[in-house]
Amino acid sequence: MNQELISAIVEEVIRQLMASGKIDLSSSNEGACEDIASPACKAAPLLESPRDAEALERMMKRTTARIGVGRAGPRLKTQTLLALRADHAQARDAVMKDVAPGVLEDAGLFTVQTLCEDKNMYITRPDLGRQLSPEAVQTLKEKCIPNPDVQIYISDGLSSTAVEANMGKILPVITETLESKGLKVGTPFYLRFGRVGAQEHIAETLGAKVVCVLLGERPGLATAESMSAYITYNAYVGMPESKRTVVSNIHKNGTAAVEAGAYVAEVIAMILEQKASGVDLVK
Amino acid sequence: MPNILSVGIDIGTSTTQLVFSRISMENMSGYFCVPRICIVDKEVIYKSQVHLTPLKNAAFIDGEAIREIVAEEFRRAGFTPRDVDTGAVIITGESARKENAAEVLEKLGGFAGEFVVSTAGPDLESIIAGKGSGVFQYTIDNACTAANLDIGGGTTNIVFFDNGETVSKGCLDIGGRLIRLKKDLTVESVSPAAAKIAQHLGIRLTPGQRTTLPDLEKITDKMADLLAQALYIKPQEPLLQAVRTPGSAWLELQGKRINRICFSGGVADCIAKPDGDPIPYGDIGVLLGRSIAKGDLTRSIPTLTGTETIRATVVGAGTYTTTISGSTITYARELFPMKNIPALKLSLKEQDACFEGRVQPLVEKIKWFLQQSESEKLILALTGAANPEYKELKALAHCLCEAMDTALPAGTPALIVLEQDIAKALGILMEKELSGRRKVACIDGIKVEQGDYVDLGKPMLNGLVIPVVVKTLLFG
Repeated sequence: MNQELISAIVEEVIRQLMASGKIDLSSSNEGACEDIASPACKAAPLLESPRDAEALERMMKRTTARIGVGRAGPRLKTQTLLALRADHAQARDAVMKDVAPGVLEDAGLFTVQTLCEDKNMYITRPDLGRQLSPEAVQTLKEKCIPNPDVQIYISDGLSSTAVEANMGKILPVITETLESKGLKVGTPFYLRFGRVGAQEHIAETLGAKVVCVLLGERPGLATAESMSAYITYNAYVGMPESKRTVVSNIHKNGTAAVEAGAYVAEVIAMILEQKASGVDLVK
Repeated sequence: MPNILSVGIDIGTSTTQLVFSRISMENMSGYFCVPRICIVDKEVIYKSQVHLTPLKNAAFIDGEAIREIVAEEFRRAGFTPRDVDTGAVIITGESARKENAAEVLEKLGGFAGEFVVSTAGPDLESIIAGKGSGVFQYTIDNACTAANLDIGGGTTNIVFFDNGETVSKGCLDIGGRLIRLKKDLTVESVSPAAAKIAQHLGIRLTPGQRTTLPDLEKITDKMADLLAQALYIKPQEPLLQAVRTPGSAWLELQGKRINRICFSGGVADCIAKPDGDPIPYGDIGVLLGRSIAKGDLTRSIPTLTGTETIRATVVGAGTYTTTISGSTITYARELFPMKNIPALKLSLKEQDACFEGRVQPLVEKIKWFLQQSESEKLILALTGAANPEYKELKALAHCLCEAMDTALPAGTPALIVLEQDIAKALGILMEKELSGRRKVACIDGIKVEQGDYVDLGKPMLNGLVIPVVVKTLLFG
């Protein structure tokens, strides 16, 4: 069953319940459930009667690890367990969801696809996620300017959430900064079902000197919004992984997207100057 | 490991000291991340003797004699002024109000390297002492709060840390050398603050006349009591306001509990000395120490032993005044080093106005500030935003540039310091906007308050970071 259908069913059920007066979502939040996955809820210690409550709070502020949660016998408390499952669900959603079409439209990006036909195939066949479909190759050749200095594109990777959260902030910084350095920046687009290794095919297809993919990283239980930039000079199919330069941990609690974008632009300029990337690049 | 040599020179009411320390830096972020250069080690490699501060008379520091002391200590440590990358000269306590302090600083300029010479106001001095005594680090290591009382000859500098954050600071004119005596208890001099306390107690202290040990003890007991009041252990009486150091902040606990207290400064060494000569140094330092030892202060809150006592301020000055910027910044290399740039801090409200593109209020603020500070340049201090949209940042860059173009003299640099890590992106946008009309330096990771001055050093570690000193100047 696809995502849209599920959403439609849930909406319809809620609409009918509200119409029949069985639930009321419009009234005040009194008695409403707390969002146990929210930062505010996680910040409150569950440990009962700690010896030094202030010290516990200070310790909890320093880490995203689940400390100060107490226990019920040898097990986690219900709230902790549910919060863990909620975070895990968010992580799974980030992997399984598609990037909302509106986000791509707003950024003015067209979409091409790898050889994967759906999420299941994408998850189970990493090899296909590295190859472009024939239609994709054709579309790219039609729509993108050829032989750019830098080809930047976006890909879902393992987190569509990361793309939605960061793309609008990071893409224009990189593009405009590079353009103001007088570089020829390729036409940006979105690659669906893409793994990092697809960038070799893209670089070869478009004849780009440098290829840079902004890709959603596999989510953890701390954040599902983490994005990385993988940048390669003179990429070719079959090249060693060591030729890639990566800037990771781009999200609101890591490096802010705009600042990371400014740094990525500088790294790309450095790569073009040294004609090298990955372990060959001297930073 | 890349490092810099820092010198700290502390000229206090009673003692003058110097330390050399080596500050090491390293990229602490992973190979696959945006770089994050951190200060990883601060090692004090040379501590001078504790010299008595040479005075020409009660009001004048002997600048020439201080210069000689410092020159001699440089020789002993085996360094020349050229070896020093950064440093701080701090004229503390009552000495700072001595009329010739500015002249003394000038005499020492050459010894603190080409980069930094700074003086501290009473509040900054409190923080420096609290860092030098090790209390700052203690609150981080133990996730607790702690107050440091640096009790010197002329003042007691108090700072209250919570988990490595400065909650508040304050300074009182209470110290070991406020009353000076001969061996036979003949009074030599009485500071105004000590006179106020004596008068409050109904004790007569006249220079040239003898006093008694019980009277002096009553005075030092009262001083210890005032310190307890300053920490809110006892109700505060009006006398406490009367001995507040002019220009200092008033200590507030902001609803927090003090978990530990620590004593530094010369008097700290006297607290644990219950026996022996009560007047070994010709002043009330030892008596004050004993009064504190038996007073409410030490009985109410557990005390902790700092890593430095009498050297806390000088160690703090030498190792904690220089910090480094964030590692993703924008700057024109030829701007540095720059010294004594007055900072104009924008409130969050004013910053929001800039984000919204309202230029005029900022123009007026800049014009007003330049007039106030009688300066041609300034550094704009902003909090910044944690994860801004690109267009928001663009609007901010546009507003800042337009305001600077209108209000700043042509050709002066556009200097920005931010707390949040967005300086590279903002700086690039500003450079584009200004297209060479002004040079840009946009740095982050630094907190600056209104009235602070900023020194910016030459870029380090392949230009990733620049050393920064944020200070308050006494002599504007």
